[in-house]
Amino acid sequence: MQKRSGEIALYLKRRARWSPFEIAFWVFAFATIWLFPSKYLILKDTAILALFALSLDLILGYAGIISLGQAAFFGLAGYFSGLVAKYGIINEPVIALICSGLVAAALGFVTSFLVLRGSDLTRLMVTLGVSLMLGEVANRYSNITGGADGLQGVDIAPIFGLFRFDLYGHNGYVYCLVVLFICFLIVRRIAYSPFGLSLRSIKGNTLRAAAIGIPVKWRLVSIYTVSAGLAGIAGALLTQTTAFCSLDVFSLERSADLLLVLIIGGTGYLYGGLIGAVIYKFLQDWIANLTPQYWQFWIGLVLVIIVLVGRERMAGWIRAVRAAAARFGARVAPRSAALGGVASDGR
Amino acid sequence: MPILETIGLEKRFGGILASQNVNLAVEQGARHALIGPNGAGKTTVINLLSGVLRPSAGRIMLEGRDITDVSPHERVRLGMARTFQINQLFLDLTPLESIGLVVSERLGTGADWWRLVGTKPAVTEEIVEIAERFRLGDVMHERAAILPYGKQRLLEIALAFACCPRVLLLDEPAAGVPEAERQELLTTIENLPKDVTVLLIEHDMDLVFSFADRISVLVNGALFVDGAPEDVARDPRVKAVYLGEELSA
Repeated sequence: MQKRSGEIALYLKRRARWSPFEIAFWVFAFATIWLFPSKYLILKDTAILALFALSLDLILGYAGIISLGQAAFFGLAGYFSGLVAKYGIINEPVIALICSGLVAAALGFVTSFLVLRGSDLTRLMVTLGVSLMLGEVANRYSNITGGADGLQGVDIAPIFGLFRFDLYGHNGYVYCLVVLFICFLIVRRIAYSPFGLSLRSIKGNTLRAAAIGIPVKWRLVSIYTVSAGLAGIAGALLTQTTAFCSLDVFSLERSADLLLVLIIGGTGYLYGGLIGAVIYKFLQDWIANLTPQYWQFWIGLVLVIIVLVGRERMAGWIRAVRAAAARFGARVAPRSAALGGVASDGR
Repeated sequence: MPILETIGLEKRFGGILASQNVNLAVEQGARHALIGPNGAGKTTVINLLSGVLRPSAGRIMLEGRDITDVSPHERVRLGMARTFQINQLFLDLTPLESIGLVVSERLGTGADWWRLVGTKPAVTEEIVEIAERFRLGDVMHERAAILPYGKQRLLEIALAFACCPRVLLLDEPAAGVPEAERQELLTTIENLPKDVTVLLIEHDMDLVFSFADRISVLVNGALFVDGAPEDVARDPRVKAVYLGEELSA
């Protein structure tokens, strides 16, 4: 019994270990700092979008809460970080970033109680409604927010008083990437914790989750609050790196894009938002270069194909290709194929 | 004092009275069966007891404490767990993960968000113990969705059992279990610790009469007969109900 328990503990721990794919992903992500110095702008936008999508994946992929209103948190924190910098209330960007996240999390906590009730459709409408309302409030108080002209005169101090946001966007990109990585570490930790497991159980079967003693409501409130905080940090990053904030941070399009990103990348395995953001941004960039006017047509086509074909089937193709490669490898070098067989077993 | 008691329990769905004036008393350590024809409202009673449904009227007492307004998860903490007639499993999770959820929730570590799963030996040891008891040791790492039905049924009961309840509500545990896997399940149920009070809903009369030491018969949402198995078996009214004859309660 003792031995079996030890085996299981080991198995669970091994599962939470960083896979080669993950390590490669992050090594490459940080390598882009040196690899693509001319692409800092789009890389930075991608990192922000990835963090934003990660925040939605946390509630959608893990807890099963669908939302069309993540922009509410993104926008609120975006304006908050802009205003505190403009009026010199908090000068240090990192502290301002954390405070912005906390403000967004506070809004998330308050609105979570509206979102908990009802079906998916209700949730879509409530979350959408909250972000539209905030957008209109920002529009109404244009004396504070700058209204349709956007928030002007934001001056962001150097990070830790050392790294100035330069014209090339180098420091801005590194800043965003580091923040994304730290937030990812936190989310990953949550995903592999008992708390994260209980979220998956709620998503899988809410009725049973309550029947085994899980306080469903509080778990959902907690994760919605955390997700709002992360979305807020993404919004604050955008304001800080552009020294500007406009009403479109609250737009429906921003929330809708986020769902697209997760549809492309998939949900519930941590990397969906990240991979989705990379594909979405670079597809957008590439197609916009080909046909500046009609790029949305091609984005739309890609989406339709993804949804029709289904990610499951695509994953199946990838597995089939891998299996074929393994078979081919078996003929060339039998020993390496045996290793490949074991690895593919671990999913 | 009964460990579980209902007082004038009533549940309406629109114009339908699914439970009416149910006064059920389950004694400490009992093997109590709740039987009745189809549509008698047995599952409604379980749903009321476990908090899935709220009663239209009446009270529910657990160990002398009024739990009528207590939420379902809180009732689990107070020592009452249930199984479902139709499996309610976490299909994407393995038995290991599912049982682990229950155990860590009971030990108060279920909300830990900074600790990795599997780093509390107390939890993993209990998981192994429960999995062995419910013969799930060989399928620990399989997703619940792909387990054979008999194993799913065992997992269904294991999840309730892992709550360490003092009162266990079993809603037709043998329902739909193939003959080959049936004995395994029944043995497991019969081997439940004696100090756990069991309230069993069952259609299978062989199982009821071999297992229960007390039987309540529910007809049209109301308690009809309540007594020791021999008395209930002899009762002409019960025979009449099971033969399909109409009887006014």
